[in-house]
Amino acid sequence: MSQQKPFIDIRHAKKSFGTLEVLKDISLQVERGQIVAIIGPSGSGKSTLLRAINDLDPLTGGEIWLEDKQINKSLPHRQYEKHINEVRQEIGMVFQHFNLFPHLRVRENVTLAPKMLKGLSDAEANALAEEQLTKVGMIERIDYYPSQLSGGQKQRVAIARALAMKPKVMLFDEATSALDPELVEEVNLVMKRLAEEHMTMIIVTHEMGFAESVCDRVLFMDQGVVVEEGPPEVIFRNPKNERTQNFLRKHLAGHKA
Amino acid sequence: MDYGLMQRVFPFFLEAAWTTITLSVLTAALGLACAILGTSARLSRFALFRFLGATYVSLFRGTPALIQLFILYFGGPQIGIQLDAFAAGVIGLGVNVGAYMTETMRGAIIAVDRGQGEAARTLGMSRWQAMCNVILPQAMRLMIRPLGVNINALIKSTALVAAISVVELTYTAQRYIGSTYKPFEMFLIAGLLYMIIIYVVGQGISWADRKARLN
Ligand SMILES: Nc1ncnc2c1ncn2[C@@H]1O[C@H](COP(=O)(O)OP(=O)(O)OP(=O)(O)O)[C@@H](O)[C@H]1O
Ligand SMILES: [Mg+2]
Repeated sequence: MSQQKPFIDIRHAKKSFGTLEVLKDISLQVERGQIVAIIGPSGSGKSTLLRAINDLDPLTGGEIWLEDKQINKSLPHRQYEKHINEVRQEIGMVFQHFNLFPHLRVRENVTLAPKMLKGLSDAEANALAEEQLTKVGMIERIDYYPSQLSGGQKQRVAIARALAMKPKVMLFDEATSALDPELVEEVNLVMKRLAEEHMTMIIVTHEMGFAESVCDRVLFMDQGVVVEEGPPEVIFRNPKNERTQNFLRKHLAGHKA
Repeated sequence: MDYGLMQRVFPFFLEAAWTTITLSVLTAALGLACAILGTSARLSRFALFRFLGATYVSLFRGTPALIQLFILYFGGPQIGIQLDAFAAGVIGLGVNVGAYMTETMRGAIIAVDRGQGEAARTLGMSRWQAMCNVILPQAMRLMIRPLGVNINALIKSTALVAAISVVELTYTAQRYIGSTYKPFEMFLIAGLLYMIIIYVVGQGISWADRKARLN
């Protein structure tokens, strides 16, 4: 077998906001079906890295590839727009604050993009919405408005909305951080089910237990660099780096307090 | 108070009120059109358009509407723009209120949570698709009330065109004062009619706002 290109290939990613260096030469390869967790203290650049993958926060240096396509290409404006809109259809993203469209019902939240971008008919889009909402356990709420849902329900709809585009990768940026503790589990369950279906996922999270149970690999980031990475049992049980040890100790203490 | 006189002149005031209403409607329409252009310019990705939009707004909000009207109506012929008083009134006030409405619309659009546009773009929508399907529908709800405030101010500012002798409410009141020497009665009628127009429009805007907020 010849050596395969990684599914997602982040090469020497650098990002500065003005003079603030937020990502300092980060490289990361993710294989198809792999689930990677990114942990680290606040401000370490986790969101920035995730948002760089679909070019919401464009890198100031380095390259990001999805299969054989470079995502952060520099192109003339029109061509770039066309390129990035195509790439983004293949990358689902779930936000901490859900960002459901409040003026649309749950159904239209899910069908809007597939109808507009993939030219699905009403019937096709409805079938798709029903399928995805069933998967996240939200089919009974299909005719509700987002304002009528709990946080956990909103996040499950947001996941269904992203899945309806049939993405190749799902990015989660602290999908459960804004939820009341009792609502976290229902969202985690949905993510676990995706993991069982071998969806490729990159998950920024503060929930070490969840990360340990679903992820193949864990990255610990601090101050814009990947300090340590490895399988969850190593990172969580036997971290080698002192900064990782300190972070985990503080984090666990914080949770017990 | 001379009720007999008031009754006699009332029909003429009604006719003048109709002129005020027509003037308001046309001005509001022109203002909205200018505001759509102004807002697009202010939110453009081209610096030149943003500059032009900002200049439009600060120019027209930074000088008295009356001066703008005078420049157009009295100064216009000097540079080859010959307008009758009514047209000058509509154009002068419309472009003026458009500057205020530009700020209203822009404010409503940027008040929509940034995450909304990001979510739309993340799904693969273009800037334009995200604007039309996600941001504008939410911004519309936010702009109805403040646009109502602009329209309220606009109706009152139609009184300014009396100064370029458009026969609307204020001008009519002044004309009857000239022949009757009864300013109290005449301005009272004019004020009452303004109040009715503004009340009805205000109710319409509240209704639209409630309806937009319903879901
Ligand atoms: N748009 C921006 N402009 C300027 N600075 C920014 C911007 N976005 C992020 N930053 C800065 O970049 C750094 C990394 O931010 P980032 O959001 O990636 O951290 P994070 O690891 O996701 O933190 P958290 O756990 O709090 O979400 C922070 O210092 C932040 O203030
Ligand atoms: Mg973050």
